[in-house]
Amino acid sequence: MNFRAVRAIYLFEMARTWRTVLQSIVSPVISTSLYFVVFGAAIGSRITSIEGVSYGTFIVPGLVMLSVLTQSISNASFGIYFPKFTGTIYELLSAPVSYVEVVLGYVGAAATKSILLGLIILATAGLFVPLHILHPWWMLTFLVLTAVTFSLFGFIIGIWADGFEKLQAIPLLVVTPLTFLGGSFYSVSMLPSGWRTVTLLNPVVYLISGFRWSFYEISDVSVGWSIGVTCMFLVICMFVVWWIFKTGYKLKN
Amino acid sequence: MSPIISVSNLTKSYASGFTALKGIDLDINRGEIFALLGPNGAGKTTMISIICGIANATSGKVMVDGHDIARDYRAARSLIGLVPQELHTDAFESVWATVSFSRGLFGKPKNPALIEKILKDLSLWDKKDNKIITLSGGMKRRVMIAKALSHEPQILFLDEPTAGVDVELRKGMWEVVRTLRAAGVTVILTTHYIEEAEEMADRIGVINKGEIILIEEKTKLMEQLGKKQLKLYLQGKVTEIPASLAHYNLELAADGHQLIYSYDTKSERTGITSLLGDLRESGIRFSDLDTTQSSLEDIFVSLVRK
Ligand SMILES: Nc1ncnc2c1ncn2[C@@H]1O[C@H](COP(=O)(O)OP(=O)(O)OP(=O)(O)O)[C@@H](O)[C@H]1O
Ligand SMILES: [Mg+2]
Repeated sequence: MNFRAVRAIYLFEMARTWRTVLQSIVSPVISTSLYFVVFGAAIGSRITSIEGVSYGTFIVPGLVMLSVLTQSISNASFGIYFPKFTGTIYELLSAPVSYVEVVLGYVGAAATKSILLGLIILATAGLFVPLHILHPWWMLTFLVLTAVTFSLFGFIIGIWADGFEKLQAIPLLVVTPLTFLGGSFYSVSMLPSGWRTVTLLNPVVYLISGFRWSFYEISDVSVGWSIGVTCMFLVICMFVVWWIFKTGYKLKN
Repeated sequence: MSPIISVSNLTKSYASGFTALKGIDLDINRGEIFALLGPNGAGKTTMISIICGIANATSGKVMVDGHDIARDYRAARSLIGLVPQELHTDAFESVWATVSFSRGLFGKPKNPALIEKILKDLSLWDKKDNKIITLSGGMKRRVMIAKALSHEPQILFLDEPTAGVDVELRKGMWEVVRTLRAAGVTVILTTHYIEEAEEMADRIGVINKGEIILIEEKTKLMEQLGKKQLKLYLQGKVTEIPASLAHYNLELAADGHQLIYSYDTKSERTGITSLLGDLRESGIRFSDLDTTQSSLEDIFVSLVRK
């Protein structure tokens, strides 16, 4: 294992983060605050409570997940797309590193950034509504698991994309709808039963449900299912990454 | 001594179906400077990319210091530094950060003193804190060289290192290469400046259309193929070479005002003395003369034309 390489990649990526720290933290914090104003205060005041939790409080886990998901994907996809775009990937390909090290460096940095962001958003939310976290360790587990899984997913998108359109297409066309329909702002039990079944095909539902359970012990699906589905997605992403490096897909010609 | 790089029967077909390398066999000796020459599209970059791990070979085998580049890629790659032909640099990182990154990537412990020396040797020291995007093309090229040297490679690939580098810095770069060679580093360079190969290389390989058409020691090459020419500037105009001089290898040039005699430097008798005698006898006078030896460039051009 070339740990120095992992460290070099990780620190290099983190340095990129610190350079843009303002925009990468300020903008999610602002948009989260807006969600609270719009959903929490304006609309939420009409909704009394969901399963004993006030609406503003109810949406906190979903909002955190929303940011962690999208940020993980965009950080990781951009992190690996950029060297491909500028051509500096030549160095990575010619270095004595295995794909495990490359992935650890890039995905590790992307996940770190989105975990930090998730915590910052959580703290921001705390300014608007009272927070109580029943299972902090589970909360952290879900946070890390999600950040890692979706950073890996973003990494795959970054390798697959050969233009900026493609880079943004998946997050915009697939991930954002799935997250909005994934129960960030409502409980699945509020849907008519037909829709409820359809919703259960959305993997994001499991993430948000599990994450919310760690806060309030209310969930749409059982926690076991949440962890199971997340881990399954993680394994699928790992397999795809393994295959990419084995075949050199879109990396080597 | 065993070659440090051994390429055998290497072929490369791109996805487009184009075959860029057609069964290359090549051995690079330990510690030499090897110049790979060839016209645009000959396959130089393709071959280097395969050896360095950037492209996959279609078939064939490459051994680097006894390590198979596919099976034992870690050992093979850690010996190699690469300066690619295209300018691929980060944009917003500083020179210092990007060069230090390369060293880490290759698994070497930090060594600020070494990086300082490399940057100074490449006249980049005063730019160390500058963002790369603010550098000129020639400076970026040197940053890439610094990156390749940062991990102390045993083998250095320079794919057109001096393209776009001004004369003075080119000389400086040659100096760096010579120092590396003195330290035992094997250097493989491609260039379109033949004078560069002539000046630097121990051996020269010529590749054309995906095939190696010549590998030879530079000095031997120049001896073997080196022809010398004696040019006589005539006082009057000569329309035809007199029959008495027909057995010399003569040519008229400059509309009959010059006479060019080609001879072989290897043969014991060049025939110059007798030619000059015969000239006087046939009444041809000349005001001046000079001799020229064909350069590597002439050799190269004649080879590739074939
Ligand atoms: N990715 C690619 N896909 C298809 N063909 C390619 C690709 N890269 C290179 N080629 C072709 O392979 C041939 C060899 O290219 P290569 O870059 O190795 O040439 P070169 O000898 O380095 O030339 P130059 O002196 O211009 O740098 C060229 O005909 C080129 O068009
Ligand atoms: Mg080339």
